[in-house]
Amino acid sequence: MVDVRSGLGEALPPPEVEDVELYHPHSWWTRYVFSQDAKIIAIQYATTAIAIGMVALVLSWLMRLQLGFPDTFQLVDAEAYYQFITMHGMIMVIYLLTALFLGGFGNYLIPLMVGARDMVFPYANMLSYWIYLLAVLVLVASFFAPGGPTGAGWTLYPPQALLSGTPGGKDWGIILMLSSLIIFIIGFTMGGLNYVVTVLQGRARGMTLMRMPLTVWGIFTATVMALLAFPALFVACVMMLFDRLLGTSFFMPAIVEMGEQLPYGGGSPILFQHLFWFFGHPEVYIVALPAFGIVSDLISTHARKNIFGYRMMVWAIVIIGGLSFVVWAHHMYVSGMNPYFGFFFATTTLIIAVPTAIKVYNWVLTLWRGNIHLTLPMLFALAFIVTFVNGGLTGLFLGNVVVDVPLSDTMFVVAHFHMVMGVAPILVIFGAIYHWYPKITGRMLDETLGQIHFWITFIGAYGIFFPMHYLGLIGVPRRYYELGETAFVPDSVHTLNAFISIMALIVGAAQIVLLFNLVWSLRHGREAGGNPWRATTLEWQTPETPPPHGNWGKELPVVYRWAYDYSVPGAPEDFIPQNQPAPSRVSHEAAS
Amino acid sequence: MSAPLKPPAAETYHRPAGLAGFAADWASDQRAFKNVSWGKAMMWIFLLSDTFIFGCFLLAYMSARMATTVPWPNPSEVFALDIAGAHVPLILIAIMTFVLISSSGTMAMAVNCGYRRDRRKTAALMLVTAFFGATFVGMQAFEWSKLIAEGVRPWGNPWGAAQFGSSFFMITGFHGTHVTFGVIFLLIVARKVWRGDFDTERRGFFTSRKGRYEIVEITGLYWHFVDLVWVFIFAFFYLW
Ligand code: HEM
Ligand SMILES: [Cu+2]
Repeated sequence: MVDVRSGLGEALPPPEVEDVELYHPHSWWTRYVFSQDAKIIAIQYATTAIAIGMVALVLSWLMRLQLGFPDTFQLVDAEAYYQFITMHGMIMVIYLLTALFLGGFGNYLIPLMVGARDMVFPYANMLSYWIYLLAVLVLVASFFAPGGPTGAGWTLYPPQALLSGTPGGKDWGIILMLSSLIIFIIGFTMGGLNYVVTVLQGRARGMTLMRMPLTVWGIFTATVMALLAFPALFVACVMMLFDRLLGTSFFMPAIVEMGEQLPYGGGSPILFQHLFWFFGHPEVYIVALPAFGIVSDLISTHARKNIFGYRMMVWAIVIIGGLSFVVWAHHMYVSGMNPYFGFFFATTTLIIAVPTAIKVYNWVLTLWRGNIHLTLPMLFALAFIVTFVNGGLTGLFLGNVVVDVPLSDTMFVVAHFHMVMGVAPILVIFGAIYHWYPKITGRMLDETLGQIHFWITFIGAYGIFFPMHYLGLIGVPRRYYELGETAFVPDSVHTLNAFISIMALIVGAAQIVLLFNLVWSLRHGREAGGNPWRATTLEWQTPETPPPHGNWGKELPVVYRWAYDYSVPGAPEDFIPQNQPAPSRVSHEAAS
Repeated sequence: MSAPLKPPAAETYHRPAGLAGFAADWASDQRAFKNVSWGKAMMWIFLLSDTFIFGCFLLAYMSARMATTVPWPNPSEVFALDIAGAHVPLILIAIMTFVLISSSGTMAMAVNCGYRRDRRKTAALMLVTAFFGATFVGMQAFEWSKLIAEGVRPWGNPWGAAQFGSSFFMITGFHGTHVTFGVIFLLIVARKVWRGDFDTERRGFFTSRKGRYEIVEITGLYWHFVDLVWVFIFAFFYLW
């Protein structure tokens, strides 16, 4: 019978393509700066993303200081608040999470995990990073431009994002924001094509799609989605730039500003919303799917158990990816639409809960009676599951039109999306950093510092975002710079706001522990060896750690099994690497 | 790069035909698309992504056109030319379309010659293709200047909905940019073919990789795509 887990028969097909010829750098510059090695590019991507992410973190501090202590600090005025909220949201979603998961982890892990020497087109891959850096610089430039960054909100809705009298549209901010997004998309496409083609066409012998670790599946599906979703944002940005710079009226209706009729007319702001959310909703899964994939591998490795329902997990990832293209209008329930559309989009939204719930069950079932090692990656993975379930449940509320309408634009929404696409993916990123740092640097991160980092971050994040559900239910609106004296707002809201802000400061500060750990362990960490977690996937089987240029030395790896042969009965060790041939048939029989 | 090895796997590994073959390929190791090189796969996926860009542009334009409350200028009037006293609607667009589609023909011939390693013919045909492409862009420039002279602007025009001009400049501009890039790409590859880079395995200036005649076909894929998109623009913008 054909091995169900791989699709391959008994025999191993011969190599189909010649081993690639790598570009060998001749100077320090081409080796470390303008490097074409996916691993270096990954580190460049990750460092840049984390650096700009720190900016977004500081902005959230400033916002929280304002919300928690409106009368004490005079750091932020109403206009700055809108600018910060916009930059915070956009940076977190796109320039941090998307870039870090796909550009960072994607670049590092895909070639290693599928057994390739590098990405298929290293030169384009390198360009991808430099264009991304340019996008970041343009974005940062808007802080220094006349009028500061745009305050349109990360959704950039016109007409307010274009009107000169609003925080969104005045001066240079919105132009730089739109330009930066366009540049980002161009850069991302170069990288994204690489990731997709490497997975489809560049795998090692024996590496079937159904033997790939779920990490690769998650990043791969997310990249495909990004290649199909970013075009909508690209088009929206181009059209909006034209509205702003050339005076076209794609998104601008006839409008009066300051008692003056503007030359706009006939455009549709709703059209922008459709384009934006056709990108925006898949974007949520572009950051969630890599997280799903990575967390599956963390759980399996650190519970020493095969992932439960591997095929189901793969299909769930693919189905979620597909479905997420037909739910976008659930962000527009209050924008006004035909009730039948509302019904349609509510239904599709709730259907996504099915494959998502399957994934959660499978994670839990993987843990069930596993040999759970409470290592740092495992702690973060567990924290992710809890947080994701939490955010997912509130998502079910918001997916229903009747429930969403009163909750829309309240703190409940802020709580929901921070749980599900803020905290949850970030927890996975932390887990992944603790998991793969030993491979990247050859040294372990410090365990004590890691524990401190984990507990403060995990508990603190709940301290920040849990009370927001309650605030939202009371009716505290989102994107308000201060509440003032409002009848429906009880005193407890102010107390809670102060509490949340203190928590936010603590959690933010805890990230310094991680940064310190990252730098300190580079020299002082314990030597990790090649495979400290005793993991099965290929990246842990490289001949050297950190893996050299070309990853594998002379011989490319050959893959004989799936990625989850942990605790196989009868095997000498509790894990069997994917590239280990001999007693495979025996163990497979025993396992199945 | 991903040159196929000499004895194709097909001899030792029988792959079923049809749907079963498709499933077998996707279930196999190494490559999901057998005998498709990296470069070609990359171009296909890029084109898929680009399709979404053009799709969004066209959908946005169509939604504006359907929603407009002021009349939409009649394209066959706007794009008519007076030639020798006769008033011919859409004539320029018809010629442009003809030129572009012919260029697809010469491109296909170039690909064919490329695989027969006919250096001169390949290069010549690519140059002809590039020439057609440049002609197309030139005629587009003419069309733009004519409309601008008649008072069409991105923000308005004498005949009706302002979105007419905005969509027109945006969509044909974006497509024209694609054609222009295609022409540049064609010239670069034609030069390489002419010089015999793919016979002498000369390395690329930027990538330091050896090129192969396949790049002619990849360029062709892009070129045909740009043509195909034009057909849609023609249908949805000019004929509607
Ligand atoms: C320490 C962690 C964080 C804190 C304290 C924080 C705080 C905030 C605050 C105070 C707001 C404004 C709420 C309002 O007035 O409407 C906000 C908005 C937002 N945050 Fe965060 N945030 C954090 C992390 C993240 C992360 C990791 C993401 C990544 C997805 C994220 C994405 C967003 C988005 C998309 C918005 C909406 C912006 C808008 O309304 O235009 N945040 N955050
Ligand atoms: Cu959504």
